[in-house]
Amino acid sequence: MKKSTKIILIGLVVMMMSVSAFARGKKSTITIAGSTTVLPIAQATAEVFMDKNPDINISVRGGGSSVGIASIMSGTVDIGDASRHIKNKELAAARKSGINIVEHIVANDGITIVLNNSNTIDALTLSQLKDIYTGKIQNWKELGGKNMPIVVVSRDVSSGTFEVFNKLVLKNAKGLNSALMLASNNAVVTTISTTPGAIGYVGLGYVTDKIKAVSVDGVKATEKTIQTKEYPISRTLQMYTRGIPTGIVKQYIDFVLSPEGQDIVEQQGFIRIMDDKNK
Amino acid sequence: MKSMKTFNEKLFKSITYLATLFTILCLGGIIITIFSEGLPILKYSKLNELFGIAWHPTSFPPEFGFLPLIAGSIIITIGALIIAIPFGIGSAIYISEIAGNRTKEIIKPIIELLAGIPSVVYGLFGMAFLSPFLIRIFRIPTGLNALSASIILGIMVIPIISSMSEDALSAVPKNLREASLALGATKWETIIKVVLPSAKNGVVGSITLGFGRAIGETMVVIMVAGGAAQIPSSIFQPVRPMTTAIAAEMGETVNGSPHFHALFAISIILFLITFITNFITEFVFLKRKN
Repeated sequence: MKKSTKIILIGLVVMMMSVSAFARGKKSTITIAGSTTVLPIAQATAEVFMDKNPDINISVRGGGSSVGIASIMSGTVDIGDASRHIKNKELAAARKSGINIVEHIVANDGITIVLNNSNTIDALTLSQLKDIYTGKIQNWKELGGKNMPIVVVSRDVSSGTFEVFNKLVLKNAKGLNSALMLASNNAVVTTISTTPGAIGYVGLGYVTDKIKAVSVDGVKATEKTIQTKEYPISRTLQMYTRGIPTGIVKQYIDFVLSPEGQDIVEQQGFIRIMDDKNK
Repeated sequence: MKSMKTFNEKLFKSITYLATLFTILCLGGIIITIFSEGLPILKYSKLNELFGIAWHPTSFPPEFGFLPLIAGSIIITIGALIIAIPFGIGSAIYISEIAGNRTKEIIKPIIELLAGIPSVVYGLFGMAFLSPFLIRIFRIPTGLNALSASIILGIMVIPIISSMSEDALSAVPKNLREASLALGATKWETIIKVVLPSAKNGVVGSITLGFGRAIGETMVVIMVAGGAAQIPSSIFQPVRPMTTAIAAEMGETVNGSPHFHALFAISIILFLITFITNFITEFVFLKRKN
């Protein structure tokens, strides 16, 4: 009997303490929502930023680029993430209601087309890629290579890499049903390196000497060609704010754009924005 | 003192009762969740569209045809059982009927060790070793296909079938075997005609359990099955089982979107399949008790 009373008492004390801990220290909060591609960048930079500024709390949600832009227009978030630029229509709607939306490019994103090392092909065009991924071209000999069926390797529909590829190469056409859909960049690398007829795509950082990167429309994917957008399968990722950011939102955006923030961007598999001196 | 004792008795009773209730509540909660999140897909797609042959959840407009996913799960599971049943029952017969006590003590734990290997390790093995091996042997374009997933899943299911069947075979009374041998039957005839039929229910139970394990396995099929949402025309083609679709796509779907509800609808199908198999297993076991 006594024991159980004790347990209840201890429980009550613990509960009261945790309640008071919540009540103490009012944190200022930044809310971020939008593109799931930008999500890992926002999440990782927010974690480091919160470690440095314990009195600031950042809540990061996904939802997609359109949700990010809609939320910044309705004012429900402080920062809206998007993997596409704001549309003219959206910009006009914002202006009409007197909102000034400001764009901050936080990272570059580009994907590399890779083949097995034994493949003789070195260059492809965007339209050839589209034909391969929609099943119009099915054998490497149609492209001047060996007589060998093409094994099309794609990524799961939920991945950001798939999203870029789908938009910039497939132009949202339906991909081949028989394409292998793999769960990670590493899985694609392993599969390409062990499958002679395979073609796949991965983030630039995942290219190793076990697989062969090909040029697209005559441009090889490098950090530089992606930054200058010379390489066709590249895009920028952005964060939108209402007006020029001030206060803690400015602090956070500045942190993302700082060299330290850009190191985090690279760790997440993206490409840093161009330094001012390189411009 | 006496009242203390009855209090403790009652306390113990209610604690065990609460533990049971909690388990049942969890099951109920899961069932309610998958049905309430899965059924709303009918608002977006008609039932006949859901059993279509195209799975393009992120195109415009999206297509949510479950058939390629169901076909993928079923072909891999059947393949796994074709591999696992002969090896599982064969090793069960050897351990229970033929091996001496010493051998039995060594072999049984080794086979059960197979069940303890994490599935992601099986997946790695399939991706890095089995898949290139199959490409060379069969001269096929890709080694990530229904066959390699079946082989890996089959190996994973062997210990389940083997160890449960062995228990069932060992439980057959000794005097049945002795009677059979005394009537002049050979050891082989005794095993096939007397021991196996008497242990039938346990053996069937082990197979249905293996079926449930194979159809519900996620990690291995994500890594090895290839993930192509198509109805395969041969075992050398990549497939996308239901578990792969759910696990690989749920992470990035927008909460409450048609795609989100479609994935829950797939989990309803998966749940019903495993529920029915478990029900059958239970039924087989109950029959034995009676």
